[in-house]
Amino acid sequence: MKLYYKTLKDLPREELFAPGHRMCAGCGAAIAMRWITKTIGPNAVIANATGCVEVTTTPYPETAWMHPYIHVAFENSAAVASGVEAAIKALKRKGMWDAGDTKVVVIAGDGGTYDIGLQSLSGMLERRHGVLYILYDNEAYMNTGIQRSGSTPKYAWTTTTPVGTAVKGKIQWKKDIMGIVTAHRVPYAATASVAYILDMVNKIKTALEYTEEGPTFLHIYAPCVPGWRYPENKTVEIARLAVETGYFPLYEWDHGKLKLNPPSSNHLDKSKRKPLKEYLKLQGRFAHLTEQEIAEIEKELDAYWEYLGKLAQL
Amino acid sequence: MSLPKAAELPIGAVIPEPGSTRRNKTAGWRTLKPVIHDDKCIRCQLCWLYCPEGTIAERKGVFQVGNRTYDVKYEIVYDYCKGCGICANECPTKAIEMVPEAP
Amino acid sequence: MMQIQKTRWVEALTGNYATAYAVKAADVDVIAVYPITPQTTIVEKLSEFVANGELNAELIHVESEHSALSAVVGASAAGARVFTATSSQGLELAHEILHIASAMRLPIVMAVPARAISAPISIHNDYGDVMNARDTGWIIYIAASAQEVYDTIIQAYRVAESVNLPAMVAYDGFLLSHTVEPVELNDEEEVRRFLPRPVRPYTLNPKRPVTMGPLASPDWYYEFKYQQAVALKETYKVAKDVDALYGEKFGRSYGVLETYKMEDAEYAIVTYGGAAFGNAKAAADIARERGTAAGVVRMRLYRPFPTMDLLKALEGVKAFAVLDRAIMFGSPAEGPLYKDIATAMFIHGVDKPAVGVIHGIGQRTMYVEDMYKIYTMLRENPRKEVVFMGVRI
Repeated sequence: MKLYYKTLKDLPREELFAPGHRMCAGCGAAIAMRWITKTIGPNAVIANATGCVEVTTTPYPETAWMHPYIHVAFENSAAVASGVEAAIKALKRKGMWDAGDTKVVVIAGDGGTYDIGLQSLSGMLERRHGVLYILYDNEAYMNTGIQRSGSTPKYAWTTTTPVGTAVKGKIQWKKDIMGIVTAHRVPYAATASVAYILDMVNKIKTALEYTEEGPTFLHIYAPCVPGWRYPENKTVEIARLAVETGYFPLYEWDHGKLKLNPPSSNHLDKSKRKPLKEYLKLQGRFAHLTEQEIAEIEKELDAYWEYLGKLAQL
Repeated sequence: MSLPKAAELPIGAVIPEPGSTRRNKTAGWRTLKPVIHDDKCIRCQLCWLYCPEGTIAERKGVFQVGNRTYDVKYEIVYDYCKGCGICANECPTKAIEMVPEAP
Repeated sequence: MMQIQKTRWVEALTGNYATAYAVKAADVDVIAVYPITPQTTIVEKLSEFVANGELNAELIHVESEHSALSAVVGASAAGARVFTATSSQGLELAHEILHIASAMRLPIVMAVPARAISAPISIHNDYGDVMNARDTGWIIYIAASAQEVYDTIIQAYRVAESVNLPAMVAYDGFLLSHTVEPVELNDEEEVRRFLPRPVRPYTLNPKRPVTMGPLASPDWYYEFKYQQAVALKETYKVAKDVDALYGEKFGRSYGVLETYKMEDAEYAIVTYGGAAFGNAKAAADIARERGTAAGVVRMRLYRPFPTMDLLKALEGVKAFAVLDRAIMFGSPAEGPLYKDIATAMFIHGVDKPAVGVIHGIGQRTMYVEDMYKIYTMLRENPRKEVVFMGVRI
């Protein structure tokens, strides 16, 4: 990652995401949208997958977007962006593009990325379009009312993984989307969190500049007030705890090299991580967890850190 | 209210006015209202940083607070503040108080 | 470097190659490429054109037809002239985006060499795919020769870009897509003059930012659907005008439908596509030799439906048959064109015997003799009924 912004004073001041949209009070994704739009600057086209961000920001005849923006469907934002990127390339070559160096950015949720949009994402990555794909991950289908996705963590309550007497919460583990993306050997992919804005905007900018070489990917962790069942003032606190407990490590994959970013860079040493419980206990979706289940999640997390440690040594 | 007829609307449901959600004031969503106590504010920018609505405005100027002078002041644009309270929760000096909205 | 053919010339081309040559002449900017039989040779040929520097276009080698159409939606929204092609299952997979492309008013042109739909899987020709897409808001042409395919692709760009709607150019898979005919090709510079770059009302451009594809509440949604209905209806006249203009410029035009010996016909077969039309014409000739005043009507523009031209063409007949190469299961009349014509006649107060004939399903051979039998049926037992022909029952 290049350091484009060293302190908060360096951050872009102009707001390029209008208020008045219908995202929930305290929405983690809203924080992400605000900083994505500010950081990419005005010369970019945004392709958005169907999802809560899309429906809450474009209630006709109003739009929160100040960029040229297109939403087509749920599963195809990477394909739509591929088309936009190819069009700009072709029109430039023919002298018919008047907007200069225009970037193309996808914004999609976890449903639109891990699940229904995975194929078109893979196609876009394999074809090496110069597109920055940003996943805002709130770990379930929130737009339709909190249904389980491939990103939902194990044991989490959702409306399709209810806490019953026979089964309690989701049965499976969360999919490793970064592993899938980096397997495409993209120039750059990184995780980021709405609690670590400076880290996030530097990654956005780095990823945007690297689109000259090919596709880049950002995985932004964005807590969801109604879906995770926590008070709306806790969004940033929970996002921070996700990093501090090691649940959501901040790292980047830069041309085949994995690098952990602060504070996650200290977390290979487990003693530096806060107890996972601190993160889980704030959220209603984990309220039913037993000590044994928490221990199991911790064990899986330790294994994941071991895996990350090995990757970081490559 | 009479809405435009089909022939009066842009084709393809295109919205030609960027940032037009500004017409929709979301102040009415609030039950709690953040109030900045400027005397406690140390200008750390965190409320501005984390506000999901971008409703914390940075005002430039010369501001005398106690025996300190600042070149910036943070104010809340109440038209759009939804009252989530992230600003108050993140404020390191507890300079932001969440006050119940008058019914 | 770009190699532009200066004069018109004749090439022996398959229907699919005729498509590719027309796309090249139209100076298309972005092409989404994905294989499916019998469409594949179109995108193969276009890939050759690009590889040889004869066509200055971006190829997007997508991973599915759903992404093919999605990618050209994105490219068209960004202001590019775009093309893609598919058949059968590919058109089914892309079906969701068919509706969106027309609703977003994007002038995409897509070729569809028609093919039967699974199951069982069949790579052969019928119109099950096209007919399943007929109400998606697209302009639909059905061409009947390689020459007409070439000319129609060019016309389709002009029409689509005039009315801001996508256009599908369909034709018989294999029977036309893979058979070779002499095709007269236009001077490409002349084609480009015929297809000036239109000023699009809205594109994705940071200089003029707009939001495309928003959420519409019950207060707004219907108006946009009505706009689409009106736009497609008005395309009827635009398609006629463009065809006439094309005729003036390049010497070939087709009308929205084609008639064969209809001037004095008492019995007619109405159909679409090259194979059905060709055999019906041969049967009409035989019927006439044997004393029956037989004629044929071929629908060229299928959406918007050329109601008035069709009613006029059938004005003088005593009875007619509608030969459909697709089945609408469970419909009051299983033939889609038959049902369209029945509706048109009902609305306009025309009541005459009309037999719906389903044939050529999965490329079941339609013999001239079968077509002749249809004329016999019309003469001896004129009625209103749907008949499944050529199937073992």
